[in-house]
Order: sequence, then structure tokens, then C-alpha cells
Amino acid sequence: MVPLNWYLMLSAAVFSIGVFGFLTRRNIIIMFMSVELMLNAVNISLVAFSHYLQDLRGQVLVFFIVTVAAAEAAIGLAIIIALFRNKATAHVDDMNEMKG
Amino acid sequence: MPLVMPDLKPITPEIVMTCLALFILVADVFIKRKETLALLSIIGMAAAAFTFALPGALNTTFGGMFISDGYSMFFKIVFALNVILTILISVKYLAVERVNFGEYYALLLFSTLGMMIMASAGDLIVLYLGLELMALSTYILAGFIRYDMKSNEAALKYFLLGSFASAFLLYGISLAYGLTGTTNLDRIAMTISEKGLAGKPALTLSMIMIAVAFSFKIAAVPFHMWAPDAYEGAPTSVTAFMSVGPKAAGFAVIGRVFLMAFPMVRAEWVAVFIPIAIMTMAVGNIVALSQTNIKRMLAYSSIAHAGYALLGIIAGTADGLASMMNYMLIYAFMNMGAFAVIIMLRSEGFKGDAISDYEGLSKTHPLAAALMLVFMFSLTGIPPTAGFMGKFYIFMAAINAGYTWLVIIAVIFSAISAYFYLRIVMNMYMKDPKETVTLTTSPSMGLALAITTVAVLAIGVLPAKVIYLARVAFP
Repeated sequence: MVPLNWYLMLSAAVFSIGVFGFLTRRNIIIMFMSVELMLNAVNISLVAFSHYLQDLRGQVLVFFIVTVAAAEAAIGLAIIIALFRNKATAHVDDMNEMKG
Repeated sequence: MPLVMPDLKPITPEIVMTCLALFILVADVFIKRKETLALLSIIGMAAAAFTFALPGALNTTFGGMFISDGYSMFFKIVFALNVILTILISVKYLAVERVNFGEYYALLLFSTLGMMIMASAGDLIVLYLGLELMALSTYILAGFIRYDMKSNEAALKYFLLGSFASAFLLYGISLAYGLTGTTNLDRIAMTISEKGLAGKPALTLSMIMIAVAFSFKIAAVPFHMWAPDAYEGAPTSVTAFMSVGPKAAGFAVIGRVFLMAFPMVRAEWVAVFIPIAIMTMAVGNIVALSQTNIKRMLAYSSIAHAGYALLGIIAGTADGLASMMNYMLIYAFMNMGAFAVIIMLRSEGFKGDAISDYEGLSKTHPLAAALMLVFMFSLTGIPPTAGFMGKFYIFMAAINAGYTWLVIIAVIFSAISAYFYLRIVMNMYMKDPKETVTLTTSPSMGLALAITTVAVLAIGVLPAKVIYLARVAFP
């Protein structure tokens, strides 16, 4: 039986990798992947909590998160494609039309 | 297990809104004149607003997941006004920008639906779903001018930071769920007090993460980086929409979550929100001073206004919340009005969003200049406009709750804000026109301006009615 703490540590580690990736990488697609990593870290901890609390609510929330993440991916990629058509780049440092 | 049909009366407005948004989406295929869709959306929204008052509308349903009370009703009225005014000011504007598509109206309605669900959320799951429905629709709206690089960039920045923030919200939710074993706001509060969880580091972490996520949504400093770019690049009508709607929705859930689920750890979250409020007012007002683009300036102004409204949450009393709600309503009117004037200046081949474009407007278009003057005075907080009353009640509530020093800081920053708001007025009235500005007017724009101007002046002169509404809404 794997103790709950291990799952929580895994979840915290994956979440931190996501945050770190989001803040340091400059490619839009990789930043977006980092956000997905953060969402999945949350899913790990929710499922672990749900199992240890013997309560289904957490798993229900996981289903919603997965669904919303799919919608989010669709919209995010659509925005990136719209952007790519105007300016062939996927680098956030090139997104400098506005400053101030 | 017998399946019991939940009471659908409290959720009628949301059901009507869902049907309406889907109907607009389908009708778009058949209707060639997009102005018809705008009209249908406004009629439908007004019909949904009427169902607020149906008997049995104020109740809790779906096992406590959905709360329809005076508090959520007040916010829903703000959202309904917000979407109706946005549609009124965008009819002609979309044609000028050459993006006259029907999805625009459907997305506005879906976003509003998300906000309504947020305001009524009695459970963290429902809250998250409402928030995402609102946010995802708004991301698309921000990038609605597909051929414009600025609009793309606005959407991208808003999207990346928005989804980053919602990951934080989810992590906070998962910790709260792990500690209390429930996602229901009421039961979270009960479990915290029963098990004596207050002060546990994990609970504080969860609370901070949720606070961070909501601070992103209301564009509070230091989580405001997306706001100036998103506001400047997005189509102006969408900027108007998202400077009022998502902000008011953010405040609605802050009030709900922190006062309902985390009252036991009030000292901790007040300690988080006080520095955020001070920084928000400071950065918003000071950075706005150096802006040359009016949309960007209003973005910083909207950040600053979030700082003032946070004082109502920090006060935490019934008066504080009522004054925050009241502020959101007033802010909706005055900000919409200001953006309506900005949209009027946009014409074929002329951007009209630089502050210098306003030079001498009073000589060429005296009425537009006079309206802008009213809205700028209101945003500064000069009587007899509504903005003054909004600030007055917020500051009074904070003083009564014992935060006099915080109010002194707020008043100082509010005085600084007079410089950049009145600079527009100065440009309009004391300088000579450089180039000829043609106004893009339409009957719907006139109606929107009439509603906002009358509301700003009427609430400024007779505030008692609105204050009373907000006060009875919060039990």
C-alpha cells in the first residue's frame, strides 16, 4: 500500500516542474504543456485524496478537469495558429507589439 | 437509489441563458444580418433577467452546489447590464473592424453564463466550471480580430496567464478537499471549525493558492501583468466587457469563498489581501500616469479600481461587502460609458485610442467630450457622479471596520489618479484639435451612452436606492 504522502509529494513535484517550466521556457507550446503538467499534478493529488477519503467527489472533479483541459487545449492551439498565420513564430519574446 | 429531480427554479436564469446562447450560435448560420442577432441576444438576456424575480428563485438547489440568493442576484444584474451594454456598443464597432460574425454574441452570452454560475457557486467544483466557461469564452473574444497581430497577442497572453492561474486555483481546491473531505463551501467551513484546522500550514497554503488565482482574475498586483496587454490588444468592446464582467465575477467568488468557506482563517487571508490591495492601488494609479494609449491607461485604471474594491472585502463586514457590490455596479456603468466614447472615436482607417486623439474634442464634438468628462469625473471620484458615491461607501465601510490607515493610503492614490483622468479632460477642453475626428455613431451606441450617463449621474445624486439594494441583498 503506497502511503498518501508519496502521492502528494509526486503531485507537488510535478506541479513545481510545471510552474518552473512555465516561468523559464519561452516557447509558447512548451509553456502550454507546462500548464497541462500542472493540471495533471492536481489530478494526481485529487485522485489520491479521493481514494484515501473513500469519497467520490475528488474523482468527479478530475473528470471535469480533464474535460475542461481538453477545451482549453482546443482554444489555446487555435489562438496559437491564428497568431502563427500573422507572425511565423512560437516564441513569447517575439510577442512585443505592446509595451508599457 | 431513487433519482430525485432537483429544484430547477433557482437555476432558471442559467438554463434560459444556455438555451439562448446555443440558439444564437445556431441562428448565426441562417441569419445574414448580424444586427438581428444582437437584438435577439439583448431580448433574450432581458428575458433571462426577468426570471430572476420568479417565485421560488431564491433558494439552494443541487444539494447545496448552487446557491441563488440576494448576493448572487445582485451580481447577476451587474452581469446582465454588462452584456447588454457591451452588445449595444459593439454593433457598429464590429462592422468597422470587419469582424461582424455571429459567434461574437454567442461567446458574450456564454461568458456571461459562466459569470452567473460563478456568482451562484456553492461548491468549488461548480465555481471552477463557471470560471472556466467565463475564461475560455473571453480568451476567444480577446483574439476576435483574427487578422490583427495585437489582438492575437492579447488573446495569447490572457490565455497563458489565465490557464496558469486556474492551475493554481485547482491546486488550492485539491488541498482544501484533501483536508476537509468536501468541496462544499459551507461544509468546508464547518469541518475547519470542527477539526480545528485553522492555522494548519496546508490550509493556509490552499487559501493562498485560491487567493492568488482570484487575484489573477481581478487583475490585482502582482498578478496583473496580463491585463494591460490584453486590454490594449483586444477589440475595444471586448475590453469594456472584460474590464467589468470577469472582475465583478472575481469579486463575487472572493466574497463567497473567503467569507463562506474560510471565515475561521480570516486573519490569514486579510494579511494576504492587505498588501495586495495596497500594491494594486499603487501600481495601477502610478503606472497609469505615463500611458499614451487610452485603452492601456484604462487598463491600469481598472487595476486600481480592483484595489479600492478589495477594501470592501478586507473590511469583511456586511457593509463592506455591500459597498463592494455597489462599487461593481457603479464601475460597470462608468467604465462602459468611457469605453463607449472610445469606440465612437474609432472609424474606418482611424484608431482613435491615443490620448492625443482627444485634443480639442470639445470644439469638434462637444457632446462626446461632455460625456467623456462625466465618465472621467466619475472614475476619479468627483461628486456629483456615481464614482464618488462608490468610493465614499467603500471607504466608510473600511473605516468602520477599523482600517483607517488603509483608507488614508487609498485616498492618497485616488488623488494621484485625478492627474491621468483629468489629463483627458484637459486634452479635450484646453487644446486645439490637431486632426479632424469623425465619430462613428449608431442608435444603439446612443442608447448605451444615454443609459450609462443617466445611471452615473442618477446614482451620484440619489445613491440611497442602490445602496439599499446591495444592503438587503447581503443577509
